[in-house]
Amino acid sequence: MLQLSDAGVRFGQRWIFRNLTLKIDDLTCIALLGPNGRGKTTLLRAIAGLQTLFEGKRSGPSKIGYVPQLTGTPLPFSAIEMVVMGRSRALGVFGSPRKQDYQIAYEALAEVGLSGLANHAFDRLSGGERQLVLVARALASEATTIILDEPASALDLANQSRLLGIIRDLKERSRFTLIFSTHLPQHALQVADETVLMLPHGQTAQGSSAAILTETNMTELYGIPVRRVPMPGQVDAVVPIFR
Amino acid sequence: MLAYGLGGSSTAWTEMDERIVTLVRGPRVLLAALCGAGLAVAGAALQGIFRNPLAAPEMLGVSAGAAFGGAIAILLSLPGLLMIGGAFTSGMIALLIVGAIARVEGGSAPTSVLLAGVIVGAFFMALVSVTQLFADPHNSLPAITFWLMGSFASASWDQVGIASPAVFLGCVVLWLMRFRINALCLGEEEARTLGIPVEGDRWLVLISVALIAAATVSVAGIVGWVGIVIPHAARFLVGHDHRILLPASCLLGASYLCAVDTVARSATPGEIPVGVLTALIGAPFIAWMLRKALMGRGIG
Repeated sequence: MLQLSDAGVRFGQRWIFRNLTLKIDDLTCIALLGPNGRGKTTLLRAIAGLQTLFEGKRSGPSKIGYVPQLTGTPLPFSAIEMVVMGRSRALGVFGSPRKQDYQIAYEALAEVGLSGLANHAFDRLSGGERQLVLVARALASEATTIILDEPASALDLANQSRLLGIIRDLKERSRFTLIFSTHLPQHALQVADETVLMLPHGQTAQGSSAAILTETNMTELYGIPVRRVPMPGQVDAVVPIFR
Repeated sequence: MLAYGLGGSSTAWTEMDERIVTLVRGPRVLLAALCGAGLAVAGAALQGIFRNPLAAPEMLGVSAGAAFGGAIAILLSLPGLLMIGGAFTSGMIALLIVGAIARVEGGSAPTSVLLAGVIVGAFFMALVSVTQLFADPHNSLPAITFWLMGSFASASWDQVGIASPAVFLGCVVLWLMRFRINALCLGEEEARTLGIPVEGDRWLVLISVALIAAATVSVAGIVGWVGIVIPHAARFLVGHDHRILLPASCLLGASYLCAVDTVARSATPGEIPVGVLTALIGAPFIAWMLRKALMGRGIG
């Protein structure tokens, strides 16, 4: 189990969040929702143990597969070399990957369906493919807790569907605890067992996705009207009402 | 010359030739190769961990710091081992000051490390000037001045013996870290998500670089630009993977400095300081690389 108790993080004088308590059971899939600037990335980093807490405590595994947002200039390494870097923790400071590490990396790449791109240059891949390579890198670390920071934000609809499919596959493997942030409540409704809402004034709410993603809650979360429309034979559709 | 040394040539050679090769040219060639290899490997590693194509030992204040220690040692006429020790100590002090300036909330951004390096380097070069003021104008002053320009003219087996363990040790540590350096190229944030203690690993690289820089500075003075130019050339040839890049830089650096030193020795009747030549070649080369990068083609 992964837990934050009374956690607080501040940058300078500004508190990103405070008195935040969060419990994540093993083998659950959690979605994190919140508008821009409310500290989703900071919270994910705190959950991963990458962000030092100003107050409170974190308990949970130290070995975490973290999939960062796609930023910066990609390096001219091949996809498989990017994935094998997921072995860094296991290899230690003086280690270089051996055959079995590459084996693990190839398997991870196969899990996200990119075996064919192993030797392609990472900086020549599309945004969606890069995102999946980073997911494979997290899998190659052999961590059982995988945290993904807005994995779908740069993806078109088909690639979003593909990514959600991969998250669902990993979930159904019953081996992983998965935590991802997203801007689309639909993603949470589709694949997450539970959803955490980062509400205004540092409040959070956590509950099963279907129960907590009410129209009232989502409207409060984003500050615009959001409707949830039943779809026959499908997961409900979340529809924002734009001005 | 090597053919002579190996006795593979039928040309008659005098005892004098033999002494020149074994006592003068031999150590000189080896020392040039050693320094070239060390500086190039150090530069390649620095450029990787700082993701900055201009990172090099002389940009981190280490060379200037080591020069100060070396100048003091010349001033006091200390023997070689103490000189390298002094150069390493003051080089490390310079590096620690750089670290203290650049460190904010447990981390240090690559650009601030380089800025701090330039500042600390300028400060230590001023200290070197102060030692020159105190130097004996007939004896130690010319020695310090010529040594600072960078030269292998006074190479001896003693110097090879003193510098090689330090350069070797630094290079071995960097070679062992070759894959880690690849991961550090991802940048601090991303490397940390892979479970890498970025700060500690960076310092391990920096200390190895300081060791190499101190050893080369104490035997050859400040031979600049090798640590910037050679890694770029090597990257152009073999790519960005430090598992290939480090050995390639090592070989290329060694041959480059041997070649440049040969020119320094024989191009004019006198002797051009090799550091002057490497700057004359290096600066235009980097200017060209910069232009190319600005025109939109990748540099690093």
